[in-house]
Amino acid sequence: MSLFAASKRPIWIWAGVTLLLAGYLTWVFFAKEDKRELLPGITTDGHHQIEQRCDVCHDSEPVDGLFTSSGVSNKACMECHKQDLELANDSHPVIKFRNPENAIFLEHIKATDCVTCHAEHLEDRTHPMAVTIPPDYCAHCHDVTLEHRETHEGLAFNSCETAGCHNFHDNLSLFESFLSEHLAEPAVLPEPKRELSKAVYRWISAGNERPPSTTPDAPADRIASAPEHVADWASTAHAAAGVNCSDCHGKGAAWQDKPAIESCATCHTLETQDFRKGKHGMRLAVDLSPMEPSMARLPMKPEMAHESLDCTSCHGAHRFDREYAAAEACMQCHDDDHTNNFSASPHFALWNAELNGKAPAGTGVSCATCHLPRETRTDSTSGTKVEVVQHNQNANLHPNEKMYRGVCMNCHGLGFTMDSLADRKLIENNFNGKPEVHVESLDWVREVEERREAHRKKIESSN
Amino acid sequence: MKNKIAKIGIALALAVAVVTTGSVLTSCSDSQAAAGAQFTPQQLADSLYIVLKSDRKVYARDIVTRLKSEGVITPHEEWQANKTLLLPAQMFRRGAEEVDLVPDKPVPFSYSLQSLWPLNYENSMKQTPVVKEGLQHSIDTDGENFYGEETIGDQKYFIGIYPDKAVAAACWECHNDHENRKDDYPEFKQGDVMGGVVIRIPVD
Repeated sequence: MSLFAASKRPIWIWAGVTLLLAGYLTWVFFAKEDKRELLPGITTDGHHQIEQRCDVCHDSEPVDGLFTSSGVSNKACMECHKQDLELANDSHPVIKFRNPENAIFLEHIKATDCVTCHAEHLEDRTHPMAVTIPPDYCAHCHDVTLEHRETHEGLAFNSCETAGCHNFHDNLSLFESFLSEHLAEPAVLPEPKRELSKAVYRWISAGNERPPSTTPDAPADRIASAPEHVADWASTAHAAAGVNCSDCHGKGAAWQDKPAIESCATCHTLETQDFRKGKHGMRLAVDLSPMEPSMARLPMKPEMAHESLDCTSCHGAHRFDREYAAAEACMQCHDDDHTNNFSASPHFALWNAELNGKAPAGTGVSCATCHLPRETRTDSTSGTKVEVVQHNQNANLHPNEKMYRGVCMNCHGLGFTMDSLADRKLIENNFNGKPEVHVESLDWVREVEERREAHRKKIESSN
Repeated sequence: MKNKIAKIGIALALAVAVVTTGSVLTSCSDSQAAAGAQFTPQQLADSLYIVLKSDRKVYARDIVTRLKSEGVITPHEEWQANKTLLLPAQMFRRGAEEVDLVPDKPVPFSYSLQSLWPLNYENSMKQTPVVKEGLQHSIDTDGENFYGEETIGDQKYFIGIYPDKAVAAACWECHNDHENRKDDYPEFKQGDVMGGVVIRIPVD
């Protein structure tokens, strides 16, 4: 009898532990806000900040009471990535694969679903750009190009992307006629293009013109307790454009000592929308607490670990110093080689000269010059153009070919740009030197042009 | 009285059923009839082709060729990056993609532009045996239409292939001077069959 009872004990213990565990996991699944304990694997760098909000990605309706293999719809991906793909003139949008004649391609890769190539939580299978299929995927549909293009003869099936020549989505700077147009450019262009911020003009031209504010309209006790804030404000474009204390802090009982990002968004709509798409603001976009450097996977300065990120983290409150926001603000948190080598770089020398009045406005190169560039965007429906500072600092980071047109080529020739951005060591030392990597695309275009010219001459002579 | 109403009701229901069945049978008596349509797939494809051909001709002749010859704007294959007009073939393809995006079409047709001398090599991979036969037929007959059927996946399609002739200089100039053309490609001139418009309509 005692033996029987003893043999039963482990079963009761096992059953109890199982029930407790099942109950706990059920509570996590249905009730706990942070669901990271349910993650099936390590989340990619792009999504790890929002991994506790499973529902943001796993939004699909269940089929027959069950979710599909991943439960992630294209719609969920496009909620965040649609604008990037549109700006990049996506080379492989879903729309290209709907015609039944594409069935031969879809047999190999179901390119109509984002998750075919970008599955999540699969760290051991995740390549750069969060691609989770083998890197020879281009060859399934484009091997015919490898067969017919003499310049591409003998290239490896997995080299399309890895050689720095092609991307699946963004090829804005990699098509042949573009390369041809920029074949013979020097490393540094004689007339660099300068872009100056025009946010305040955009705001005024939208019908918001007001006389400058000289008297702050904050409650008297707030003014008395922080005269330095008033002095800072009085020196800004805000005061010059008639934006007073109450426009940000609220009026009367609605006064807030620390206005939220929504207050900035009242006027800086595009900027705050972009901010919420990047690593700095993506948590706010899905109603999570603000990002803190401690959450980052890049090296950050420990003393800043628990600072919350919002507009004032970089711009500061009241003074809204654009020069500080353009470089020093980044360096207060980021602690990687690229950032730490900035102050010894030729770009910094130009930036320093501009700050010290030794070079014209717009000639300096700060962190923001490259990572938060000025852009001209066109509304596809109205055709209206707007000038805006891209506040999603991730928008042009990956693949870094996105920087060619909008950033590097404002000052540098294409060949130098391609080689520099392909040189990881040069990036790490913040472009202090010359590229030691060479991308062959331009050589191939030269070769093709010579062949075309020969063909033209042959036709002319036969006529 | 109730019986009389019931009998009238049954008679009306039978009449409606007979008429409806007759209508469906009539429209489906042709094995190529599209589900629910009042036209045969060939009639539908022919009609679509008239619209596509007309729009394409107007765009190529009255917009692209005219504005280029007047020095106003030159179309370019990379039209977005170069802030200019789409080439006529690209306009056609973009329209086809927009059609593919429309959900719940009364007849879920699709169309594309194909050629036996594709500048985009990948297009040759999309060409089924029926499409290749139809494109060759257009060339051999100097522009006759071709009709057939094929199955892709589990879906059977009626397929109409119509000649795509060189109507605007922009078409043959671009093809003759394109970096992707192979040495054995023909030098196109006005009126040549350069390829075909492929229209597919699901049947059965």
